[in-house]
Amino acid sequence: MLLSVDNLSVSRGGISLFEGLNFTVSTGEFVLINGGNGVGKTSLLRSIAGLQPIDKGKIAINADNFIFAGDANGIKTALTVLENLRFWSAIFGGKNLHEALEKFQLRQLKNRFAGKLSAGQKRRLSLARLLLTDRPIWLLDEPTVSLDKRSMKQFSKILKNHLEAGGAAVVASHIDLGLTLSSLSINLEDYQMKNGNINASAKAFL
Amino acid sequence: MIALLQRDLILAVRAGGGFGLGMAFFLIVVILVPLGIGPDMEILSKVSVGILWVGALLACVLSLDRIFSLDYDDGTLELLLTSPIPLEAVVTVKSFSHWISTGLPLVVISPILGLLLGLQVSDLKWVFISLLLGTPALSVIGAFGAALTVGIRRGGLLLSLLVLPLYVPTLIFGANVASKGLADISNSSALLILTAVTLAAFSILPFASALVLRINLR
Repeated sequence: MLLSVDNLSVSRGGISLFEGLNFTVSTGEFVLINGGNGVGKTSLLRSIAGLQPIDKGKIAINADNFIFAGDANGIKTALTVLENLRFWSAIFGGKNLHEALEKFQLRQLKNRFAGKLSAGQKRRLSLARLLLTDRPIWLLDEPTVSLDKRSMKQFSKILKNHLEAGGAAVVASHIDLGLTLSSLSINLEDYQMKNGNINASAKAFL
Repeated sequence: MIALLQRDLILAVRAGGGFGLGMAFFLIVVILVPLGIGPDMEILSKVSVGILWVGALLACVLSLDRIFSLDYDDGTLELLLTSPIPLEAVVTVKSFSHWISTGLPLVVISPILGLLLGLQVSDLKWVFISLLLGTPALSVIGAFGAALTVGIRRGGLLLSLLVLPLYVPTLIFGANVASKGLADISNSSALLILTAVTLAAFSILPFASALVLRINLR
């Protein structure tokens, strides 16, 4: 098992977001987190990544096992595409830089400054970082924002390959990525506290 | 970590505000002061150490907020936090790259500016040595202030207010090394204390900065 979340409660700014969340992720598994705006999708991913404190419960994950991609791209606009990737490759000790360029169709753009890329191209560059490391768990927050249909399809394919190769992913997204692999879908709205009780549907699920 | 240092130095050159800004500011301060005091070389050479040290200090403060805020804004800091490199090492490397891009150029041009202020050629080495030993502390103490104010919009002024009082020991002993050296009095104790201040700052503050960054990134 790569990740287990046990009876997790998280709040933001003193307001409880969700409570009593349980799930586990093993090799090859994919968890889709959905729910409306402000329901705590980002907070959940940040909590798993250790960027945000939790209220209650337990998250078991090896800090060397995951790579996090938040809503910010983490791109330096004054560096070229290749320089950006080379930097993250050096940080994460990865090697397959050219494979990442190829798979995210960035080869033509490799010498362009990241500041001159479109929003979708920047997103692709940001996602290409995932392929620079062997870390198995991908924690992705709205990974397909600004991507066009073709890039989205390509990304789904890359994600699928990653899962088939023994990886795992926890993805917060509104969009159906078209993955048919063993996947779990969690709607965080089911775990919101309402009148002191967790929603009925979630209770049934638990 | 070398990649991080390399990247920060490239960014300091390309994105502007790194190498040039601090040095230009330093130059202007040192040129303006004689215009205010007057051309009396005797007075100037007496206050030259103070001018050079205060000038270096202010020039250093100018670019402090860039240490973390740029990485915070574009999400890089968050990603570095989840990377295999310990955050303490990230802070140390970033402080060091700030010193290379801001402190080191000031150290290098300080002898020339010392000449402008009427110092003897034989005395220039003390200005140079004191700044060389003291400016790394300015960067690492400044990084702590930058970590405290990261995420605050227009936190530059607050950062200066936080950091400048923390610069007092470095300023006192740095200026002491230079002025005693100029007066041909033994300055070895001041020299040792200045070195100790810098080493202590480098050994303690990265941990404090990393802790503060973790809290600020929540």
